[in-house]
This record gives sequence, structure tokens and C-alpha cells, in this order.
Amino acid sequence: MAARLPGSCMKHRSIGLLLLVLAVLLPGVAVSAQQQDAFAAQVAALAGGFAQQAEAVERLGASGDPRALPILRALSEGRLRKLPDGIVLEPGAEAPSEAEAIRINNRVRQALRGALGRLSIVSPDPAERLAAAEAVFRSRSAENVPLLETALAREGVPRIRAQMELALAASRLVATDESVKRAAIARLGGSGSTDARALLLEARAANPSLLLEIEAATAAIDRQLAIRRTGETLFQGLSLGSVLLLAALGLAVTFGVMGVINMAHGEFVMLGAYTTFVVQEACRGVPWLLPWSLPLSIPAAFLVAALAGAALERGLIRHLYGRPLETLLMTFGVGMILQQAVRIAFGAQNREVLSPAWMQGTITLPWIGVPVTQNRLWIIVFGLLVFALVVAAIRFTRFGLEMRAVVQNRRIAATMGIRTGRVDALTFAFGSGIAGMAGVALSQIDNVSPNLGTGYIIDSFMVVVFGGVGSLAGTLVGAFTLGVVNKVLEPWAGAVLAKVAVLVALMLFIQRRPRGLFALKGRAAEA
Amino acid sequence: MSATTLAAAPPAGRARVTLRLVLAGAILLLALLPALNRLPADAALHVSDFTIAVTGKWITYAILALSIDLAWGYAGILSLGHGAFFALGGYAIGMHLMRLIGPRGVYGHPVLPDFMVFLGWPELPWYWWGFQHFPFALLMALFVPGLLALVVGWLAFRSRITGVYLSILTQAMTYALMLAFFRNDMGFGGNNGFTDFKELLGMPLNTGNARAVLFYASLAALLGCLWLCARITASKLGRVLVAIRDAESRIRFLGYDVTQHKLFVFVLSAMMAGLAGALYVPQVGIINPGEFSPGNSIEAVVWVAVGGRGTLAGALLGAFSVNALKTWLTTVAPEFWLFVLGGIFVAVTLFLPRGLVGLLDRRGTGR
Repeated sequence: MAARLPGSCMKHRSIGLLLLVLAVLLPGVAVSAQQQDAFAAQVAALAGGFAQQAEAVERLGASGDPRALPILRALSEGRLRKLPDGIVLEPGAEAPSEAEAIRINNRVRQALRGALGRLSIVSPDPAERLAAAEAVFRSRSAENVPLLETALAREGVPRIRAQMELALAASRLVATDESVKRAAIARLGGSGSTDARALLLEARAANPSLLLEIEAATAAIDRQLAIRRTGETLFQGLSLGSVLLLAALGLAVTFGVMGVINMAHGEFVMLGAYTTFVVQEACRGVPWLLPWSLPLSIPAAFLVAALAGAALERGLIRHLYGRPLETLLMTFGVGMILQQAVRIAFGAQNREVLSPAWMQGTITLPWIGVPVTQNRLWIIVFGLLVFALVVAAIRFTRFGLEMRAVVQNRRIAATMGIRTGRVDALTFAFGSGIAGMAGVALSQIDNVSPNLGTGYIIDSFMVVVFGGVGSLAGTLVGAFTLGVVNKVLEPWAGAVLAKVAVLVALMLFIQRRPRGLFALKGRAAEA
Repeated sequence: MSATTLAAAPPAGRARVTLRLVLAGAILLLALLPALNRLPADAALHVSDFTIAVTGKWITYAILALSIDLAWGYAGILSLGHGAFFALGGYAIGMHLMRLIGPRGVYGHPVLPDFMVFLGWPELPWYWWGFQHFPFALLMALFVPGLLALVVGWLAFRSRITGVYLSILTQAMTYALMLAFFRNDMGFGGNNGFTDFKELLGMPLNTGNARAVLFYASLAALLGCLWLCARITASKLGRVLVAIRDAESRIRFLGYDVTQHKLFVFVLSAMMAGLAGALYVPQVGIINPGEFSPGNSIEAVVWVAVGGRGTLAGALLGAFSVNALKTWLTTVAPEFWLFVLGGIFVAVTLFLPRGLVGLLDRRGTGR
């Protein structure tokens, strides 16, 4: 207890005292002693009458001093206290019983609003600074120039700096000096922002002499916007493509390589998504594990779906080899049962799967300035990774070799000592497991509900057929092509019509190339 | 695609006679139902309005099953999009019924249906013209599905898309149509579709009279379709179709035009499905894009599989038995229905490849 005594004494010190000590001890720091005195004097004035308060608030606001922010905020929220002798206490400090809250009136409140708005540009919170810079950009007043200059001198975060420079340019655009304006127009032209474009168009009337510069600047912005829009569409297309790739990759193995048509494939994806949910709930008991529940779900979802797939193949599908239409109907029934079982076990409503912190938020892609959501970016990476893994597994492992052997010639493979039944089961389990992993990815961007898979099954088949049955490279190209084409069409036709148009286009495409983009050649194609 | 020799040859001998007798008896019984409905409510043989409504619905399902059986059971075309033809026929009659509402709608507009007034459409779009006439609407109920089948079928059969590829293509077709019909700007009522019908051919719907008339109309349509299918399957054309089903390439090399044969049967089948839809909608009083959902089409395929494809009686038997089971189970234990339906899919394909009709046949289920 004794050790804490000095601490509790410290809490009682007034701001004025602290500043005095600071001023004496550190005369050489950035803020000069004179400024310190001015700051301390303004803070002390907050304990005075209303008129005095309002004036002090305005001065503090104009000072651009970040230390003023917590004090003014406390004042506006009625948390700022003073001692009877007029000494203002540090906000948040434990106040002695004789301290009383400083009262304010409407005039002070109004002054506070303005001051807080300006001060937030030097707030310690980067998000607040960014918001303030955006607000200043929109207010377009020449008065903000000195404030912005002080803030810019302190600012270290590049993104906020850029926004502040933009705001500065916008504020200078309403200044009087022609050369300053010219520089501001050039700066706005380089920004590539729609707000800056609107600002420039607005400034046209007031600055007839600068019309040429303004035209050039808006044209530059339009170019940048066009590039960015293309980039955005492309990214959305790649994102959709990666989702299609993940959903179709398992199908490319079971349908493409094995020739087994599995309408329950979408339900395996759904099982993967629910596995993710279950793993997350299991991780809740262990807080440090929770952020890693998603990576942990990947092998779990693979296993669950693979086991379900192996059971389906051994139990049912194997009796229907060579009868594709029956397999189709039977697996559809299995999908129905799986869906209803999950609906009963987990309820019909959507289940929430959280994104770990490292997957949240957006980042801006360098060089084209396209903002992208991180989880979509991760899914693209994940899709490509899974694709590489599948290709490697088929090409370089013993299992892959046996699988290709069985597909090419079952009888010869059997005479070579390959247990074809086991290979069938493993191949089907492998394809189903990939579907499960797709479910992990989909849990991040889609509703985890019992009918999650139904929305993807038709698209997945389209991807496989389009790419060429039996060709993994075709699946890759097919998925990304369909994704990008879909997103390119969307602005013109709307989401639904784009989808319909793609389906129709696919039907026509199959006319030209019935075996898909990457048709297998030779004897294997006839099988 | 290897031939499916499992699609049964129709039962022969005594089994065939039994089947025909059962069929005739069942149809006679069906024909009696509306009359029994007229008996006083406390009579022993009284049949409730509900039974009439449900049975009338099943009859239209039986027509749908028959159309699928003709394409799948005889010509080997497994369409997973017949629900789309059914729904299109339903929409055609639905448009007529909407036009007949006239100024009795909620908004009281003399011409425009309620949803168009609500969405601020200035006038009737061109594709709604003519639907105020019943014969035109009925013609469209047959023509539109037929045209769609012609286009899709021509594209598919010409490129020799067969087997599961064709199935998935037709499934994509109905899926695309579902997405399209969900859109409000298509002019077909979007999500809600058409409902709140008032009358048909001058008789107010939702009365015992209208129910009986629609019931008999459906039954007559069923008998007509049955007769047509029987004629076709018994003819030389029918035998060529079966041959195409079992060995498509061989028939092509023998000089038959496989594409034309398949196209004919596919279009005819689509028109039958459209007719079924046209009879279905006035009886249930609603049509919405949900009818296009791929699940509906595949469910209808399972009726045929359960009854026994490749036999016309099997299609009817399957449609009635599965739907009776569905009606009963969805009231008794709704959450189990999908388990049962899924189980039927599995059981029929694994253990009853020739359906219920196959059980009658004493030659067994030999593969």
C-alpha cells in the first residue's frame, strides 16, 4: 500500500502544475516555453466565466495543439473538473471531493463544436485524423490553410498525409493567389478522386482564367477513374472466379477425372462451411486459439467432406458405375438428405462465421489504387494455392499416379497390382475434400445456411464443362473467365441478366466446342 | 454414353393385363370423385373439397410425369428442366387470369394488373397483348414451352449433347429462367408471381363448380395425353425412339435422323408439360418463379423413376403415389419429408431400377 501512495498523490496534481514542471525541465522540446505558457493560460481560462471560456476554447481550437483535444472533449461532455481555487484538473484524474464540474452554456458549446472539429485533425487516433481531413476537404474554406499546414507538419501516416494534402489543395483553390491556385489544381488533378473532380468543375465558374488547367486536371482524374474502374471490375471478376474455381475444383476431380456425376457436391461445400462454424465454436473456449480457428478449419473441413465422400462412394455410388443418369438422381437425393440433416441439426437460419482480424478490412492495391477487401484477396490466394496443391497431388504423388492409371485403363491398372476400388474411393474422397475446403472459403463471403451449396452446383458444372471435362487447367481458365465475364457484363445488364447471359453464351459455346476449351485428345477423350 | 438397358420394356403377358385393369379402375375412380363431392357432407362416401383440389393437382402432375416419361423413358432424354415448361404453361394461363381480373384488382386499374400499377408501368408490354383471349393464352401455354424446347433441343441434339450433359444443360435452363422471372422488370410479377385470380371462362374460381370443371378438364387432358403417348410408343416412331435410347450411334449409322426424332419427342413432351402447367395454375390459384426451381423438375423425374420409366402406367403410378406420400407426410411430419424424398431417390436408383411397375413383372429385375 505504501508504494502506491505517491501515485495516488500524483493523481491530484493539476494540469497547470504539470505543465510548469514540463516547461522547466524540458525547455528544448519542440514547443517553446512561451507556447507552453500560452497553452496553460488558455486551459486556466476554462475555469472562468462563459465569455472567457468561449474565447479560450476558440484559441485552443485554433492552436492545433493535440493536447487540447482531451481537455476540450472532457469539457464538452461535462467531465472536466476544477478545484475551488480555479485550478483545472487533468481529465480522467481522480478528483478530490471538493472538485466541481465546470459548467458551460450554449455559446461555449458552439465554440467547442468548432474547436473539436478542427482539433480532431491532430487527434492521436489516425481514423479520426483521416475523417477530419476528409471533412476539411469538403468544407473548402481558405481559413483552414494554416491549420492544415500545422497538421501536415506533424502527420506521419502516408494515407492521411495524402488526404490532408488534398484538403490543403482544395482549401487553396478558394484562395486568391493565382499561382497557388494553379498548384492546387495540379495537385487535385493528380488525386484521381471523384470529390476532387466535382470540386474542380465547381471552381470553373469562379476561375475563367484557369479553365485550361482545370480541364486538363479533370481529364486526368477521368483517366485515373477509368483505370480504377477497370481494375475494380477485374478484381471482382477474379474474386468471383476464385470462388468458382474452389467450388469447381473438387468437381473437376470427381466429374472431370472420374466421370462420376455428383449432385451432392454442393452439399459437401456446405458441410465444409458448417465444419468451419463448428471449429470456431470449439475454439471459443480457448481465447488465444480463436483467431486461428479459420486456418484450423481447413484440414478439418477437408477431412469431414472427404470422409462423407468416401462413405458415399463406397456405400452407394460404386454400385452405379456406368449408369450416370442414375448416379445423378441418387446423389441428388443424398444432397437433399444432407441438407435436411444439417437443417435439423443447426437450424434453418444462417450461422455466423467470424473473419479473423487479419482478414478484415480493405487494403488499396498499389499502382492502380483499387481498394479491395482483404477476405476476397485471401480467397483468391487460397483458390490458387488449392489449385496448385491439386495439380501437384495428381502429378507428383503415388496416389495421383495410380489415379491417372485407373482412369486411363482400369483393367491394366488392376493387373499392375493397383487396388482400383481403393483408388476410386480415395479419388472421390479427395474431390469431396476439396469441396469441403471451398466451404471454408465460402463461409467468409456467403451465408452459412443449409442451402449454401445449391447456388454453386450449376455454376461449377458450367465451369467444368466450359473448361473441358478432365482438364484441370481448363477448370482454372474456365473459372476465371466466367468470373470476369460475369462481372464485366454486370454494370450493363444487372447481376441476374448477366448470369443468364453467361449461361446462354455457354450453351452457344458448347455448340462450337462440345468438349470445352481444353479438350482432351486421343483415346482418353473417347472413353 | 452407354445405353441404359434398365429402362424397362413394358411388362408383358398377365402383368400387362393387370396393369391395364388397375389403370382403368383408377381412372374410373378418379372420374367419380367430383360426383361424390356433391353428396351431402355427412354421407359415407362424401369426398371433401380438399380431396378434389389435391387430386386435381395430382392429375396435372401425372401429365407432367407422362411428358417426362415420354422423353426419358422412351427416348433417353433425361431433362432436368421440365419444370420450366410446366411453369411457362402456368404463366401463360396466369397471364390470362390476370387480365380477367380487370378493374377488380386492389388498384382498380381497368387494364394493368396490380403489380404493374404498383411498379409504375405506363401500359401493358407487347408480350401481354392478346392474353385477354382464352384460346390465345391456351395456345401460348403450348407454343412457348414448345418453342423453348425446340431452340434448346436443336442446339443440344445437333451438337450431340447427350446423357448427363444434356441433363445439366436443361437444369441450367430452368435455373436461368428462375433467376429471370424473379426480376420485377421482366413484367411477370417478380417474386410474387401471379395470384388472386377471380374467374376463368366466365365461371368464378374457388367454387365447387369450377373445381369440378377443372378436374374433369385435367382428367380429359390426362387421358388425351395417355392416348397420344400410347399411340406414339406403339408406332414405328416409338420403336425408333427406344432404339435411339439404347444405341444412339447405331441408329444414326443405320440412316435415321436422330436429331429430328429426338427434337420431335422433346418438343412434344415440353408442350405436354406446358399443358399440365396451364391446368395446374387455375386449380392452385398461384404461379411464381419458385416453380422454375431445379428441385421441382428433378422431383418430377423421380415420380417417373418410382413408377417405372419406359412404361406409361408407371409415370402415372409414380406421380400419384409419391405425391400422395408427400401430401400425407408434409402434414404429419413435415421435417421428415425431405429425408423420405431423398431416400426415395437413393432406393429407387439402387434397388428398384424398373420402378414399381417392375415389381409387377414376374420376369424379375434382371440386369
